[in-house]
Amino acid sequence: MKSSLILATTVKYIIPLLLIFSFFLLLRGHNEPGGGFAGGLVAAAAYALYAIANGVEEAEKFLSIEPLKLFSFGLLTALISALLPLLAGKPFMTGVWLDNKIPVIGKLGTPIIFDVGVYLLVLGVSTKIIFSLAQEEE
Amino acid sequence: MLYAVVAGFIFAIFFPAAVRINKQAGKIAAAVLPLGIFIYFASFYNTITEGNVIAQSYNWIPSLGINLSFYLDGLSLTFALIISLVGFAVFLYTASYMEGNKYITRFYIYITLFMASMLGLVLSDNIITMFVFWELTSISSYFLIGFNHDKERSRIYALQALLITGGGGLALLAGLIIIANISGGWSISSLADLNELITGHKHYPIAAILVLIGAFTKSAQFPFHFWLPNAMEAPTPVSAYLHSATMVKAGIYLMARMNPSLGGTDLWQHTILIVGAVTMLFTAMLSLKQTDLKKLLAYSTLGVLGTLTMLLGIGSDLAIKAFMIYLIAHSLYKGTLFLIAGIIDHETGTRDITKLGGLRKLMPITMVIAVLASLSKMGIIPLIGFVGKETVYASALEFEPFGTLLIILAIAANVFIVYITIAVGFKPFFGKLKPTPKEPHESPFKMWFGPMILALLGVVLGMFSSVVINSLINFTEIGVINKKLNIPVKLWHGFNLELALSVLTVLLGVLLYFKRDNIVNTLNKISFTKYVKPSYYYEFLLSSTLSFAKFQTKFLQNGNLSNYAAMIIVATIFLGGLALVSFGGAPNIDLTFAPTFAEVIIGIILILAAISAVRAKSRLTAIVSVGVVGYSVALIFIMYSAPDLAMTQFAIETLTVILFVLVIYRLPKYLPFSSMTRRIRDFILAGLGGLLMSLIVLFIIAEPMTSELKKYFGENSLTIGKGRNIVNVILVDFRALDTMGEIAVLAIAAIGVYALLKLKSNGSEK
Repeated sequence: MKSSLILATTVKYIIPLLLIFSFFLLLRGHNEPGGGFAGGLVAAAAYALYAIANGVEEAEKFLSIEPLKLFSFGLLTALISALLPLLAGKPFMTGVWLDNKIPVIGKLGTPIIFDVGVYLLVLGVSTKIIFSLAQEEE
Repeated sequence: MLYAVVAGFIFAIFFPAAVRINKQAGKIAAAVLPLGIFIYFASFYNTITEGNVIAQSYNWIPSLGINLSFYLDGLSLTFALIISLVGFAVFLYTASYMEGNKYITRFYIYITLFMASMLGLVLSDNIITMFVFWELTSISSYFLIGFNHDKERSRIYALQALLITGGGGLALLAGLIIIANISGGWSISSLADLNELITGHKHYPIAAILVLIGAFTKSAQFPFHFWLPNAMEAPTPVSAYLHSATMVKAGIYLMARMNPSLGGTDLWQHTILIVGAVTMLFTAMLSLKQTDLKKLLAYSTLGVLGTLTMLLGIGSDLAIKAFMIYLIAHSLYKGTLFLIAGIIDHETGTRDITKLGGLRKLMPITMVIAVLASLSKMGIIPLIGFVGKETVYASALEFEPFGTLLIILAIAANVFIVYITIAVGFKPFFGKLKPTPKEPHESPFKMWFGPMILALLGVVLGMFSSVVINSLINFTEIGVINKKLNIPVKLWHGFNLELALSVLTVLLGVLLYFKRDNIVNTLNKISFTKYVKPSYYYEFLLSSTLSFAKFQTKFLQNGNLSNYAAMIIVATIFLGGLALVSFGGAPNIDLTFAPTFAEVIIGIILILAAISAVRAKSRLTAIVSVGVVGYSVALIFIMYSAPDLAMTQFAIETLTVILFVLVIYRLPKYLPFSSMTRRIRDFILAGLGGLLMSLIVLFIIAEPMTSELKKYFGENSLTIGKGRNIVNVILVDFRALDTMGEIAVLAIAAIGVYALLKLKSNGSEK
């Protein structure tokens, strides 16, 4: 794919915004529309945009972690969040919450960790598929 | 006990990091883990032998009755001690045996996973938990057999073991669920008192047979035995640990554990007795043709597994006693002999007994250990194997009415076992020194230390059997037959018939060893048809399944995308239509509705975009049009106050368009026009699909919405789930298990896409 200068320049400014927005979606998800799934998709869209503007190899460098590892790690995070309650003597997958609120993040609990896992997984899966397909072409 | 079980799983996760920090420390930590677990369980020895049991339970999925319940009684303690002790020997051994192997980290992960699963299996008190651990042992065994994955044989036999034990696992699950339904609970320990209820139930025969199929496949009983010798493709520590000392005894453990609840009936006792006796004799005889050290040991393991099963089938007090002694004895000496076989292989470069001899001076320590284990295996006084064999003979003798037959079978099988022992334990060390591929010398400390402990234990347990294991075995029997026996274990029973038979066995075994070549030559002249081999049927079944799969794939998935879509739509129409018809008559569908202006506009856009997609001349136009359809749907979601759905839909649509563009980038720019008949077919299918979906929606909204769920989620989202966004709380909390399943599927799909593309770019498939 030939990159266009206009697109490349625009992307430079849009990507941070998209990533922040995706993170914002993830964090507000518990109370307002959003969540790990939507957040992960937005982040994936950001990297897809970067790939279109600068090529897949650049995008892979920009992501700086192999998507395969990213989604395995996401799945592991979700699994760990499900196992944590066992340590507190509660059934598998019970939501366990800390009493104190943390600035920016808000209330912290295992469902939030689970959502982070979903976010990472969706980001990893989408970028893996997009990058593999795009690489095919080059 | 939860932590003792979980420790292995946690260790497996962090092991790669530990090795990265310090390679030696990582390996030492690996050996300390089973030792620690052994000490932990050994500390319960007094509690258990005073007649107590320890039960611990952690909630897992309490709403389904599935809990992490652990139950420590004599039976599970015996197994836990064997697993951790042999584990210690094997882990230590591995550090030296696998030295320099590129994948040694991976090996430790698999084998630790196995140890943890095996411990979980013997300690579980919950049917489902036990089954999960049971399957985990099959899976880790698969990885370990196929460890040398660049060898085709390893892969084939790993798969064979997995298919057979996994298939048995499915039968077991079905059997266990039937039993749980009969008894009304998931706790294994409470089943013991329900024997009459369970055996009297009309579904008992099928449940018992299913459970036994699970046990027989796992413990390699005839006719499923052939996977075990093939599993010798695994590295030797695996053969010593999984395929002789522990995993293959899981089936034996299961039968023993279920004996109080399912046993006592003719069906149970006779099936076990016959299968065990056949396995014992048949597999021991098969050993005659082998010349590979490990294969020989594998066949003798099969013989012992058959004997253990037969003893459970006899079911008398004495037989259960013999069962326990023999079980312990076998784990100690067979684990040792496998490790010795590994040492010989490691030091000389060959495992072929015809090429080995005279190693006694070069490997004196190894020789002493081998001889100790061999004497125990042959049943020579004063080792534990002697006590074991004496009791086995005694219990076979007193069996009515076929005692004579059983004792002949048992002696015959043991003659072969004596023969194998001479071939494996003595032959390589005595006689003339033979040239071997490698210059042999004594093995390092790490390799002989573990086997030495196991071999010495065989002596100690034999000489002091009345002191050391008597009390443990007394309380193990409660687990197997639900009553305490008062038959003391002791070394010397005096000059009696069993002793005479023991001596006879050893003499015949020695004779067989010297006459082996003649017998094999005679055997080779007889040709057996392939139809007598159970493995023939396995291969036939496997290849026919594969060719059916090929045929079906060619038929359903012929590579034409529009055919795939057509198949999916036809199936949906058929199944959805069936559901609608069985729904029984149309409800009062209310067709009056007053759309708002915005709804009308979006509706028109939707329809126009759909038409444009169908009529598009280029692929890109079609894709963009489909994208417009998706965005319009998202707008509808917004109007009906489902912002979460809309947001996800927007993101998905965007990514889908990107993906489509990436895919079509290389395809020809213009669509090849399909034939008229094809278009008519597609039109009909699409029309029917649309009609069905509309009907379903109309049916659904015609029903009054009295969902309890909506109310429940609305009320509890904030109080229990601590979130105001109900959709998200459902996703990550109330229904998190579903989400978990979905994200796992996503991950698998991504791996699939990656693998397909990678395969293509490697050019290995067109």
